[in-house]
Amino acid sequence: MKLITAIVKPYRLDEVKNALQELGVHGLTVSEASGYGRQRGHTEVYRGAEYQVDLVPKVRIEVVVEDADAEAVIDAVVSAAHTGKIGDGKVWALPVDTVVRVRTGERGPDAL
Amino acid sequence: MSLAAASADTGDTAWLLAATALVLLMTPGLALFYGGMVRTKSVLNMLMMSFVSIALVTVVWLAAGFSLTFGEDAAGGLIGGLEHIGMSGLGPDSVQGTVPTLLFATFQLTFAIITAALVSGAVADRAKFGAWLVFVPVWALLVYVPVAHWVWGPGGWILEKLGALDFAGGLPVEIVSGASGLALCLVLGPRMGFKKDSMRPHNLPMVMLGAGLLWFGWFGFNAGSALGANGLAAAAFLNTLAAGCTGLLGWLFVEQKRDGHPTTLGAASGAVAGLVAITPSCGSVSLLGALVVGLTAGAVCSYAVSWKFKLNYDDSLDVVGVHLVGGVIGTLLIGVFAARSMTGGAEGLLYGGGLGQLGKQLLAVVVVAVYAFAVTYGIGKLIDVTMGFRASEEQEQTGLDLTVHAETAYDHGVLGHGAPVSSSVVPHAQKVTPQA
Repeated sequence: MKLITAIVKPYRLDEVKNALQELGVHGLTVSEASGYGRQRGHTEVYRGAEYQVDLVPKVRIEVVVEDADAEAVIDAVVSAAHTGKIGDGKVWALPVDTVVRVRTGERGPDAL
Repeated sequence: MSLAAASADTGDTAWLLAATALVLLMTPGLALFYGGMVRTKSVLNMLMMSFVSIALVTVVWLAAGFSLTFGEDAAGGLIGGLEHIGMSGLGPDSVQGTVPTLLFATFQLTFAIITAALVSGAVADRAKFGAWLVFVPVWALLVYVPVAHWVWGPGGWILEKLGALDFAGGLPVEIVSGASGLALCLVLGPRMGFKKDSMRPHNLPMVMLGAGLLWFGWFGFNAGSALGANGLAAAAFLNTLAAGCTGLLGWLFVEQKRDGHPTTLGAASGAVAGLVAITPSCGSVSLLGALVVGLTAGAVCSYAVSWKFKLNYDDSLDVVGVHLVGGVIGTLLIGVFAARSMTGGAEGLLYGGGLGQLGKQLLAVVVVAVYAFAVTYGIGKLIDVTMGFRASEEQEQTGLDLTVHAETAYDHGVLGHGAPVSSSVVPHAQKVTPQA
């Protein structure tokens, strides 16, 4: 199994969610995140005082899938999140040893 | 003061009752205006500093403040007498001018309240709450009350003897709060991270709501200061609206040119700056004067709020940049735009009155600013060396809301950000130790 983590622009979340649903991904976890990459931050001005805001709001999407599905899921996330502008985000995958469904105790791919 | 010398006028009384409620609403409005500008961790403390000012100033005003301000002059125009200590000798039949004395006293009380609350903006996020509770009553009696007597008290030296003009409180409210705020922020020192950390306003809609309530209440403040339902009240009302508008436009114009964007905080601040400046002058300047007073204040204050970064004083919410500077502008411009049709006598430079009125205004401004700064600095220092005026580093870092009030303003996220995660299972009566 693979844990696929995607950091994307918040307004692309719906697109990514829809794309994953079409692929038959049953569940995912979304959290609010902030950070920076090449996009860096932006400047805000309050009563003439400039504030450099380094960390840009993003959403982090996490989904665990079977190995065979990983490439398709990554491609779907990338194409749904893509705008072509700086700050589109990153997607990465890590191997997962075990998954347990808390309610039933099922393990491995059955728990997905 | 004339007691039961005449009967109250019903129209005047009705208007002043409403105006008094309007002015009282300004302090909760100020609490929101200030509260939105601080960070999430100390917003409740900011609100509390305003709300306790209502309670504390009311008690000292009724105990002694009213008598010392509006009692018969006891010392050469400097302070009132003690004949109405505890509001003694006053009842439903007492009349001041054309309104009941008890109403007049309550109307004036609301001015003292908001002046104390205004000072809190200079020491946002770092004042010890207990110290604030001691500061407010002492400060009200030693700073606000004498200056209010000088300006409005019977025999007061500024209005009656010198002949300077201040219709609704440029001197006792705006300049006093600004100079006191400067003194107090110097006593406390800057917030941890001043000029380094981002200290963005945490809730600008709250700031806008507060500014709206302030503007609404300001009609009671300024038009109520006519102390009657009459043409002068109407003129002051219109001037108040006009100056608030040009203040807003002036600040936004500077922002657009200087920073490239018109901001909501700029709109709120500009309106307040215009209202501050028209406070002393609303009953003496022409409508043209009001438009210029507001525009000048909006434009100048939009620069004045950045002086603190150059001169290194952390007047956190710009009591100096808006209230001191705006108050000085409004009080001085009376010397330029005072119109005989409004004042019934005095005329400003523009209307052929020469420099005389401007000189009187300047003298009053300097004396009041120096007095308020010096005495507030003394009170602040005395409190600081005896009980400490500054919250501990840990409290300031964690936020005063949690460490002082055991509350947090917002429930962020599923775990209740900032609040003890396990609070829901702690038995009600058990003491919860806040997490550092």
